[in-house]
Amino acid sequence: MSDHHHGPAKGLMRWVLTTNHKDIGSMYLWFSFAMFLFGGSMAMVIRAELFQPGLQLVEPNFFNQMTTMHGLVMVFGAVMPAFVGLANWMIPMMIGAPDMALPRMNNWSFWILPFAFALMASTLFMEGGGPNFGWTFYAPLSTDYAPPSTTYFIFAVHMMGVSSIMGAINVIATILNLRAPGMTLMKMPLFVWTWLITAYLLIAVMPVLAGAVTMMLMDIHFGTSFFNAGGGGDPVLFQHVFWFFGHPEVYIMILPAFGIVSAIIPAFARKQLFGYTSMVYAVASIAFLSFIVWAHHMFTVGIPLVGEVFFMYATMLIAVPTGVKVFNWIATMFRGSLTFETPMLFSIAFVVLFTIGGFSGLMLSIAPADFQYHDTYFVVAHFHYVLVPGAIFAIFAGVYYWLPKWTGHMYDTALSKVHFWMSFIGMNLTFFPMHFVGLAGMPRRIPDYNMQFADFNMLSSIGGFMFGVTQLLFLFIVIKCVKGGEKAEAKPWEGAHGLEWMVPSPAPYHTFTTPPDVK
Amino acid sequence: MASETQGANEGEGTYYVPAQSKWPIVATVGLFLTLVGAGMMMNSMSAKVDDPTGHYVFFAGALVMAYMLFGWFGDVIRESRSGLYSAQMDRSFRWGMGWFIFSEVMFFSAFFGALFFVRFYAVPWLGGEGEKGVSQLLWPGFTPEWPLMNNPDPETFKGPAKLVDPWTLPLINTILLVTSSVTCTKAHHALVADNRSSTKNWLAITLVLGFVFLGVQGYEYYHAYNDLGLTLNSGIYGSTFFMLTGFHGAHVTLGAVMLLIMFIRISKGHFTAKNHFGFEAAAWYWHFVDVVWIGLFLFVYIL
Repeated sequence: MSDHHHGPAKGLMRWVLTTNHKDIGSMYLWFSFAMFLFGGSMAMVIRAELFQPGLQLVEPNFFNQMTTMHGLVMVFGAVMPAFVGLANWMIPMMIGAPDMALPRMNNWSFWILPFAFALMASTLFMEGGGPNFGWTFYAPLSTDYAPPSTTYFIFAVHMMGVSSIMGAINVIATILNLRAPGMTLMKMPLFVWTWLITAYLLIAVMPVLAGAVTMMLMDIHFGTSFFNAGGGGDPVLFQHVFWFFGHPEVYIMILPAFGIVSAIIPAFARKQLFGYTSMVYAVASIAFLSFIVWAHHMFTVGIPLVGEVFFMYATMLIAVPTGVKVFNWIATMFRGSLTFETPMLFSIAFVVLFTIGGFSGLMLSIAPADFQYHDTYFVVAHFHYVLVPGAIFAIFAGVYYWLPKWTGHMYDTALSKVHFWMSFIGMNLTFFPMHFVGLAGMPRRIPDYNMQFADFNMLSSIGGFMFGVTQLLFLFIVIKCVKGGEKAEAKPWEGAHGLEWMVPSPAPYHTFTTPPDVK
Repeated sequence: MASETQGANEGEGTYYVPAQSKWPIVATVGLFLTLVGAGMMMNSMSAKVDDPTGHYVFFAGALVMAYMLFGWFGDVIRESRSGLYSAQMDRSFRWGMGWFIFSEVMFFSAFFGALFFVRFYAVPWLGGEGEKGVSQLLWPGFTPEWPLMNNPDPETFKGPAKLVDPWTLPLINTILLVTSSVTCTKAHHALVADNRSSTKNWLAITLVLGFVFLGVQGYEYYHAYNDLGLTLNSGIYGSTFFMLTGFHGAHVTLGAVMLLIMFIRISKGHFTAKNHFGFEAAAWYWHFVDVVWIGLFLFVYIL
């Protein structure tokens, strides 16, 4: 590697003008953590209101704004940018590339996000309040009955879409074009594979979301009747278009997590990943299936019987490739020399708890049973189990795995284990009882509930506060690690594999200016 | 600026990583102002308030966007002409443009999907087809048909009196656009053969055909609003009609602007017979717009 490249520029403008994938990756990660706290604080409002039955703290309309914004901020502001940040940092280093393929566009993808979220957050202070129709913004709640701020919400979504599409194009161009000689597709780390497929999903469905919000905008301001039956349109059309985006979207939030866990488990089991090829094909199958299952979100809306049956069975099919993956992770650990460093703890928790979320998803996929579960807290429990110990635990695992590479320091391992256990307990305490209240019929998105749900809700709230406060500890651990700590070696984990461990820690500002040879 | 970058120091074969650039943040500010301005304009229009602020914000945003487009593409052209881009860089641009066009395909798919859904499901269901035809209770006299001339609620959404005859203006437009795709390819072949004046002639013809297309479409819209009663307000046919043809027209405009810039660049002596991806990208886009039109002509006008 050449050693005569210049380092980063000084001052604030370094971050504004940068074209460096590591700078941009760091900005994505910090931004996503800020949004995680922002969306999390709204979750705290929700849990505080639901601590006891009856209306306690906030107006119902404000409660609706909180559930809506919590979902939107977590999906588009916390989880997706965190994975893009990890992609930015790691993909070029994993495939031996000098940077992302289109570095200036990369920076544009990032900088759109703070502006988009500033616009979306500002709707909370506008007359009539912010979006209050749920993160799925079903018409006509989001058209005929929506607050005026919805216009800005729509444009904020457009901005996020532009950002995601450009980011995804960059990822694909990087992976397909910038691999080091010898790094064939089937030698790529699974994190790279999962991101390649995620980027494809993003390019395929973000434009569909743009179409959905554009039709909303036209219905609101220009008198069209896409979602108005009086003009021959159909509110159900909105749900079809939205979920054609929405279902691949949930895989966009989990496939990179699969990639992270597939890197960490072999490292701490000190064994090769079991069934690499089947992992690649499983991810591709999941991505394909994600396009033909969208109406399982709409079983109760009145779709024809043949539709119910088709979407039910297609959904159940997803369990097959997902099962392959879970089996492979377990087989990787089987008879390995396991150690339980923090990334491994989060990864094992991921495998167990994500699988619980998968099983409740299987329950929801049964159309006749879904008539009972639909729009209850059982659904809330399901998707929080796949997103919190799924997506978010994988992000934590990835951060703890690569933080020594990024900062050159080892983090406080004792504190990081406290972070893990507090998150683990807090998260289960929050979401596990939701299965029970959901099955008993507690509806989601309602600020009040029947007395019979009081005990479980109080437990959920206590768990929620615990989980929330614990994340401040994570912030402390990361800042402490950035500031200093024990020097990290180039390869701090003895069982780790991959090109990223061949460069020193902290990774130099420019890596692989001349591509390495991969054998 | 370029000389500071690592790639420039290492000669052939290294991938060009540009130095710091102000364009991404300028682009962000431009995009933000344009969209916020548009939002303000729409909200004051719907609330029937006369507030010009939105216009100013939108206009400021558009100016910033224009400044950014000239500046950013200017940088890229300068870098390309000074030989900083390798064959690998060229492939990055190709992947980038290809996937961008795929994203556009998916954008139009959403509207085509909406068209097929209302046509084959929503409207027949409104007319009572299938076991879920409860809308007959709301609008008893409603008879489903496609194109939908009488809406379920004619008081709010007055149906169109007549539709655009596909074999008049739309047929002319089809001929114009298909021909322009052929002339665009002719221009490309001439460029590969290093025949500059022929390239310019074919490209000029392509541009004229494109702008005439837009003129005909403008006239068609005028005709639809003033003679046919076909408007955005005339129910789901008008909604899908204007959404699909309108976004297509916007894309034709964008494609024509790209080709116009290629015309200017060719006139200035840019590109070589081998190296002209800027032109190819614009041509790809032009063919994509043509294919979308064929879909429109079939599914919006004829069938």
